[in-house]
Amino acid sequence: MTETILAVDRVTKRFPGVVANDAVSVDIRRGEIHCLLGENGAGKTTLADILYGVYRPDEGSVTFRGETLELHTPRDAIAAGIGMVHQHFELVPPMSVVENVVIGTSASQWLDLSEVRDRLNEFFHNYDVEIDPDAEVGRLSVGEQQWVEIFKTLYFGVEVLILDEPTAVLTPQGVQELFRILRRMRDEGLTIILITHKLKEVMELSDRVTVLRLGKVVGTVNTADVEMRDLAQMMVGREVLFQFDKERSHPGEAVLEVDGIHLASVTGRGSLKGLSLSVHAGEVVGLAGVSGNGQNALFDALVGVEQPSAGAIRIGGVDIAELSANRIGQLGMASVPADRIAQGLLMDFKVKENLVLGRHRSNPFSRAGVLNRSAIDGFAAESIEGFDIRTPSASQLTRTLSGGNLQKVIMARELSGEPRLLVAHQPTRGLDISASEYVRRRLLEERDRGAAVLLMSEDLDEIFQLSDRIAVIYDGRIVSETTPEQADLESLGLSMAGVDTVEAGSAA
Amino acid sequence: MEDLFTSAVLVGIFWATLRIATPLLLAALGELVCESSGILNLSLEGTMTMGAFAGFYVANETGSILAGLVAAGIGGAFLSLIMALMTVTAKVNQVVAGLALNILGLGLAFFWYRSIYEAEGSIDIPTVETMQAPFEFFPIPWLTILAFVMVPVVWVFLYRTKYGLELRSVGHNPEACDMRGVGIISRQYVAVVFGGVMAGLAGSFLSLGSTGLFFPDIISGRGWIALAIVIFGNWRATWVLVGSLLFGFLEATQLALQASDVDLPYQLLLALPFVLTIVALVFNRSRSNVPLSLTIPYHRGER
Repeated sequence: MTETILAVDRVTKRFPGVVANDAVSVDIRRGEIHCLLGENGAGKTTLADILYGVYRPDEGSVTFRGETLELHTPRDAIAAGIGMVHQHFELVPPMSVVENVVIGTSASQWLDLSEVRDRLNEFFHNYDVEIDPDAEVGRLSVGEQQWVEIFKTLYFGVEVLILDEPTAVLTPQGVQELFRILRRMRDEGLTIILITHKLKEVMELSDRVTVLRLGKVVGTVNTADVEMRDLAQMMVGREVLFQFDKERSHPGEAVLEVDGIHLASVTGRGSLKGLSLSVHAGEVVGLAGVSGNGQNALFDALVGVEQPSAGAIRIGGVDIAELSANRIGQLGMASVPADRIAQGLLMDFKVKENLVLGRHRSNPFSRAGVLNRSAIDGFAAESIEGFDIRTPSASQLTRTLSGGNLQKVIMARELSGEPRLLVAHQPTRGLDISASEYVRRRLLEERDRGAAVLLMSEDLDEIFQLSDRIAVIYDGRIVSETTPEQADLESLGLSMAGVDTVEAGSAA
Repeated sequence: MEDLFTSAVLVGIFWATLRIATPLLLAALGELVCESSGILNLSLEGTMTMGAFAGFYVANETGSILAGLVAAGIGGAFLSLIMALMTVTAKVNQVVAGLALNILGLGLAFFWYRSIYEAEGSIDIPTVETMQAPFEFFPIPWLTILAFVMVPVVWVFLYRTKYGLELRSVGHNPEACDMRGVGIISRQYVAVVFGGVMAGLAGSFLSLGSTGLFFPDIISGRGWIALAIVIFGNWRATWVLVGSLLFGFLEATQLALQASDVDLPYQLLLALPFVLTIVALVFNRSRSNVPLSLTIPYHRGER
């Protein structure tokens, strides 16, 4: 049990401008679940990618089962017995589960899928996972796709399985299911390395944990010997506030009224099927749900990119059905999109240009159709100062900013007009603890200023922290509504998974 | 109208359909494999012209049709190798590279033709007849047989071999393949060059099998039609066959219409293939088989 299977010895990996791993040493024992814990940019994924042959270390060495590991490609790693499931899946969506497993294997050139299919069925059966091996991967749920990824890796008979943030896409029940099976796999002798920034998961699942910060190892500890608070402090380097001191909300009149809207998505998944919701001035409504249940369609409908086929959306009593996104903005709506790079910013434009994007057409940023540079520069300087945007200058290309700073640019732009309604979709996804804290505090400040805030998030902790009311979206509808005081994680998780929440008594 | 339905005319349309469909089918099958790997090769027109010229020149010089066909394949491979160098290795924008090579292929073929033949008209080459398979009752060109045989060959390759599966995977998600050690570059080179050889052969059918002539605009848009057929066929070998035959049939009927005294604008039939392609695109939208990474260059480590 205490035999070291994988030893990382003073590994250093540099990328232009950063040292991603700085003399990192970790030893992984056979048959343990070992967490790599750290904020974004701490170097967890880089370390895992080195173990998986994606990157080669600049210095240091890795020893696997007593022998020095020389990896050039992931294929070498798999051949040696190390497999990895990345945060975004390495699957080919239009192909079946079986076909996805066969890619890159040493199976014969004449495809004979029956043997693979049998082995997969055995796997799935063994672990009580119900997936049709001939199903098209793109049509599976995200959780099922994750199973495919895991089994695809295990198919090669690896001894060490690395999982990069595997719970990000799962419901609380899905997480429990995953943990149950991971524990079983560990008991059967598999060594598991789990990358995460979620303290709860570390506490619940791991045997030992190595904390990374800014590319360096802070320490390796037995999970049983520490408290969550200790790990948080190791991870961030200072004390972390787990609870915001949130004042009671004083909701005013309804600012956003969504009344039974229907909206079909192109793919058929994530359509809205009669969704109703209201958000009042001075409150945060948290919309909880697993991704793909209509959040994207709702966001698109609210900002005016898509037109619902039925139902109505009113902002401050005005029906927005016939209005363009620009006019909706003039009603006092601001939005923070989930995909900040694709939907929120022009990455090849300057920071100051992104800061006025959308408002560039009106006073004072343009006069008679000509941009007013001095007004833009002045506003940009103010925003960079006010929102603590870390950039060398306002004329910096937006592409070069970190994720947290990108989000600050969007927040600065959207909040500058003092909106009546703020719709924030996954505002802290991918941000580290410090940046997340900042964004969350800003959202609460908006609430306290009197704005109506709709927070769409998959992070339940965030929902609980910020919301005055919680609504759960499932299959294009709101299936339950509650408050953070009344809600418990379990029932919320069940609603998110679509388990019927209608009172059992009414049927009898 | 009746004279359009005489057996002589119908048989004529049948043979003309096969004849017209042959280069389309060859080029479209090659392009299908190429696009399956994620590379859009827009230079079919130029590549076919190159094949037509190389085949014509070598057949004329050596007196051997077979040597001409080999040369046509090499000519197509030559141009597509440049395409692969630009798009797979140098990761140039595929549309730009394809359009540029189109001009290069047309220009080179024209240039060599003019410098070798000094603007002579047609030159006699060792007969179109030697292209025919020796079935007396069934005067069908070898290349037509090859084109039809290639349909199941391409299908089996793409859907029943591991290499084909991996080639299609590269076209959908090269990163996933890279992570599993599947060679992306080699597969894309194979696919692009295969497409070039097929386009070269398709071109040579026009100069060696159809007319026995070469002139600079001998392809006259067939490369573009082959590209449309791949879209019409929704990136499926069987539907590419259907598309080629349909396009061939419409063209053949249109020709027969022109020859008859039926008062129907043949331009309508000429336009029909393209209308059908657009209609097919609209209807396929939700279950399109288009390779998901088509035209997107893959850079390792950009994650």
